Amino acid sequence: MLDLALKGKPRYWIWISFLITMILIGFICWLREHHIGAAFTTGLSRDVSWGFHVGQLTFFVGVAASAVLVVLPYYFHNYKAFGRITVIGEFLAVGCVLIAMLSVFVIMGQPSRVWNVILHPTPHSIIFWDMFVLMTYLFLNLLCGWTILHAEKKDAPPPKWIKPFIYWAILWAPSIHTVTAFLYAGLPGKPHWMTALQAAHFLATAFAAGPSLLIIISMIIRKVSKFDPGQQAINKLAEIATYALIIHLFFIGLEFFTAFYSQIPDHMKSLIYLYWGLEGHDRLVPWMAISTLLAFTGLLIFMFPPLRKWNVTKLIGAICIFFSIWMDKGFAFVVSGFIPNSFDRVTEAWIALNEFLVAAGVWSVGALVITVLYKIAITVKEKAVFDKYGQKQVVD
Amino acid sequence: MITRRDFLKIAAFSSLLGLGGAFTINALEKEPGQKVLKDINALKGKRWAMVIDTRKFKTELDFEKVIKACHKAHNVPEIANPLHEVKWIWTDDYKHSFTHTAEEYISDEIKHRKFLLLCNHCENPPCVRVCPVKATFKRPDGITMQDMHRCIGCKFCMAGCPYGARSYNFLPPRDYIKEFNPEYPTRTLGVVEKCTFCNQRIDKGQLPYCVEASEGKIIFGDLYDPNSEIRKVLSENIVIRRKVELGTQPMVFYII
Repeated sequence: MLDLALKGKPRYWIWISFLITMILIGFICWLREHHIGAAFTTGLSRDVSWGFHVGQLTFFVGVAASAVLVVLPYYFHNYKAFGRITVIGEFLAVGCVLIAMLSVFVIMGQPSRVWNVILHPTPHSIIFWDMFVLMTYLFLNLLCGWTILHAEKKDAPPPKWIKPFIYWAILWAPSIHTVTAFLYAGLPGKPHWMTALQAAHFLATAFAAGPSLLIIISMIIRKVSKFDPGQQAINKLAEIATYALIIHLFFIGLEFFTAFYSQIPDHMKSLIYLYWGLEGHDRLVPWMAISTLLAFTGLLIFMFPPLRKWNVTKLIGAICIFFSIWMDKGFAFVVSGFIPNSFDRVTEAWIALNEFLVAAGVWSVGALVITVLYKIAITVKEKAVFDKYGQKQVVD
Repeated sequence: MITRRDFLKIAAFSSLLGLGGAFTINALEKEPGQKVLKDINALKGKRWAMVIDTRKFKTELDFEKVIKACHKAHNVPEIANPLHEVKWIWTDDYKHSFTHTAEEYISDEIKHRKFLLLCNHCENPPCVRVCPVKATFKRPDGITMQDMHRCIGCKFCMAGCPYGARSYNFLPPRDYIKEFNPEYPTRTLGVVEKCTFCNQRIDKGQLPYCVEASEGKIIFGDLYDPNSEIRKVLSENIVIRRKVELGTQPMVFYII
């Protein structure tokens, strides 16, 4: 089926060339960091030793996990509207897991020693488990997506042996994000991160941001190809995102209550830093203000059925929610865990240009893989007029 | 006995995995690791600990001697920017050293006193728990070791350590070493390093550099030995430790 990715319109090749260029730029920037040191090429410091890249890991593991939201209703509840986009969800997960794994790889100061993680397996380290669950999830999604698509291409029902793998992937999805949360939630001396709510909160944000991205992608697919993911599916995704977003905002409220009612300074300080600034340090205040504003704009749009159902406002709402959570989870959450530092002082962090370009390269790797897989999937789906329920897939 | 054929098989397989020579040699080794005889003079202890008598550190020179002795011997790069500096032992004031327990109305003398800070060699170290490659590990004598040659530079230990005791090489360290000591390895870009309680000296029967340079202001010994000097000092003085509430059991005590 890979040959299907080799035939495309000029705009397809322009997009592919753009992504490859970004990957090359990112690669050069990554080499630069290892040549002159992270002092000049990242916004990190002794006090804030994790930043943008670890944020990207956190955020994109979530998006990858959210594929379960289209796969589970289809296979466990026979929710037919998602039948067309399960493969879209699975391939999105493949690309996002790649982004997540590469985001960890690029933070390593000694990338050539990465094999040490396998040579000296250390089960008491969460990174070991993170690598294990992400690798497995990558394999499962690639296998399930590819097999189902292959069957579709041959106009045959998916082989029976794939079912256990699909169920395995469904059960695996929450686990990958739980492990991500455990990277943070078990560190003494990092009170902002150390909350039992962490994994649940991560899943809530993932289940808001993931479907939002799927909505955006579905709209793009509809625009550039003859394959239609289906209005019903898109509407349902928006509903799921609404509930998840509400749970996310509720969880933020819970964090505020615990910190401010207990009045334990360490628990309050990171939140004060994020929303009002701490001891005159307020670099992230506008960042969080925008994130909050976007979250409430998204909520407002998605709470009212007419706005949620109208595709123009739906798209705006999805973009708002996606970026709101990206800003929070993809950067602010990580940095604020280090504030105040071990000596009760504030050291701020920001994103360096070099660091951003490395991240852009990493996103481009994910986007390239997703593009190629989608190209194959869409070509197959454009030809398969009816799905296994006899529903029309292609809208003329 | 390994035949030529076996050797080639192992070599081919490991190079296929991109694991290089080290893996081949490990796979060929019949006995895991070479047994190294311990130096007969090595200091013997079950749990090394340190008491810093902060009353005795009076002048800048008292601190400088200690810090210099350590940093010079261990080829610690001198980086001016506090954001990217590397330090194994350094000073801070009372309020910032004892963040959770600092008393507001304590004497001005103590408020302005400086305190030596270093790795606490915790009995229950979070850094060891989080390291994915065992580059930081616990020795049987309680030293929290750091293998800068295995470290992959993921910086998880820096997030895990609640004492800010770990430094990442944000800059090429060799460019910032003024006087190079050929007795101790230098580090490379992108690895984490910290105080190792001078394990190399303990194994030869010597006290850590800082203890030696302090001329009696720092006491070092075996906490599990009830007859040790350190236990005597601990029983006769009131001591505090940093962030005990976290359950890490720091092994550096401060006499106030």
